[in-house]
Amino acid sequence: MVDAVIRRSEVAVPARRRTGLRRTMQRKSTVAFLMALPLILLIAVFVVYPALYSLHLATLNKSMERFVGLDNFFFLFKRETFWMVVQQSCIFAITAVIFKAIIGFIVAHFVHNVPAKGQRKWRGMLLVPWVIPPAMSTLAWLWLFDPSYSAFNWVLALFGIGPVPWTGDANWARLSVILVNVWIGAPFFMIMYLAALKSVPEQLYEAAAIDGANWWQRIWFVTLPMMRNIIAITALFSLIVTFANFDIVRILTAGGPIDRTHVFATWAFWLGIQGGDIPLGASVSLFMVPILAVAAVFILRDISKRGNEA
Amino acid sequence: MATADAAVASRPAARPRYGSMSQDRRWALRWSYFFLVLFAIFFLTPPVYMLITSLKTSAEISAATNPWWVYHPTLSNYVELLTSPSFLTYFRNSAVVSVFVVSLTMLISVPAAFALSRMKFWGSATLATGVFLTYLIPETLLFLPLFKMFAVFNEWTDIQLINRWWVLLFVYPTLTVPFATWIMIGYFASIPKELDEAALIDGAGWLQTLTKIFIPVALPGLIAATIFAFTVSWAQFLYPLAFTTSADQLVLPVGIITSLIKGDVFNWGQIMTGALLGAAPPLIIYAFLMDYYIAGLTAGATKG
Repeated sequence: MVDAVIRRSEVAVPARRRTGLRRTMQRKSTVAFLMALPLILLIAVFVVYPALYSLHLATLNKSMERFVGLDNFFFLFKRETFWMVVQQSCIFAITAVIFKAIIGFIVAHFVHNVPAKGQRKWRGMLLVPWVIPPAMSTLAWLWLFDPSYSAFNWVLALFGIGPVPWTGDANWARLSVILVNVWIGAPFFMIMYLAALKSVPEQLYEAAAIDGANWWQRIWFVTLPMMRNIIAITALFSLIVTFANFDIVRILTAGGPIDRTHVFATWAFWLGIQGGDIPLGASVSLFMVPILAVAAVFILRDISKRGNEA
Repeated sequence: MATADAAVASRPAARPRYGSMSQDRRWALRWSYFFLVLFAIFFLTPPVYMLITSLKTSAEISAATNPWWVYHPTLSNYVELLTSPSFLTYFRNSAVVSVFVVSLTMLISVPAAFALSRMKFWGSATLATGVFLTYLIPETLLFLPLFKMFAVFNEWTDIQLINRWWVLLFVYPTLTVPFATWIMIGYFASIPKELDEAALIDGAGWLQTLTKIFIPVALPGLIAATIFAFTVSWAQFLYPLAFTTSADQLVLPVGIITSLIKGDVFNWGQIMTGALLGAAPPLIIYAFLMDYYIAGLTAGATKG
């Protein structure tokens, strides 16, 4: 790279007679900047500006004419629903990520166990939930959970287990949204872990086997330490996406019964778009920022660390 | 099961040591297949049930028969949906939006990734990190300020943005471009520097270096990014739900949910058919380009 830069500037010397503008246009950094300009504009106009704008919106009253300071936040703090949403968002995101990580890890192990010839087939089948648009697959779950025609309840009834109110009862509904989220997200973990498993050198397992390690010790002392990085980064990614989830809760329960399954995103939508109170909705969605920021810092640290190693 | 166990238990004694290893392996394999089948059932039940329901008539759906079996298969749901003008409108809107968004994404992210990975300029390192951070910002944080921005824009210029399908062409790239740029940076960075230096010495400009060397060499990455952009724009649900309302402006996911669910009347046969047809394009792409799809998926977190 340094070589290229030096050569470039040497070439530029005899061209000094050209006009200033042309020379600027010829310069590498200018060309590079122009190539990145659409990206910069897109991020500035449709990401950075709205993000800052939502800070401003959160300080306005409902009709967005008057500055009310932090009143929206004080109003939220006094509402019981708000604290319920905070609690539900955390329970939803943390439980779902833990189960996705565990199921993904187990499935990845089993896929890794089978002969390489069959792995492609299994991997292809098990990734299907991740490929279907979440809005579409959640509709299938909604139909599987239907109060009167639930196909799950039909199966359970064969074993004499009474009809389960999948989306009707608050606790069952909380479980249902987590179940659907795990179903959609676990294949992603599976794929990431499978890629990581393949990079663990086989010699380590042989050495462990010679030392008399059983399968559990092999996982605990060889596999997990070797995969620590990828487990952490996948979980953090998933935490961000799950915490900000909208589709599943919106379609499956729409926040009900009586707001018990609302998460930040669906409640912000309910208040902002359906209730017409954009500032209040913006205030609610701003509460996602702290946890997203913490996760983002950890991910960035991991990525820059690996960049230095490379 | 018990006899098989006993047989396995008695055999290793008669065999040399490596035989017991392979016995272990064989049992691990059997258990692996057993659990893989269980997980496959868990993962495939909803799509299979979609297909089952889509083949039933309304009468059969509400009958008290086994819901997991189709007694009188019919294609009437498919015929009805594929001849219904509103469903075709949703499908067309989705297809047009996705195709445009994919093209836009590639036009923006490929040059940007090239500039960021090869041609350093003031602030380029910060921008690369910024692109990655943008990828971490969820759409659920931005839809309300964007909604208000579009409303303000309408007041200023009299151009209506809310409830127009093409407004999605501006907002979808915020979801696709950062990730596409990020994985393209990764792919471009893996191309040896000697290659573009050679091109520069031979007198190629930066643009030629990009089109003649980088794009062909990084083609797998380009395909992965394209698939990603398509899947994201096809599946996006929140933005169209917030920004479009009239039936002729809706895209597929929102269209199915708002038009087929009327009040408390659920026509499940048609809903499942619509959902299956809506899931079909990404599934078909996945079936043919699985390796690229998975490469893009793992590149997001493992490259960097």
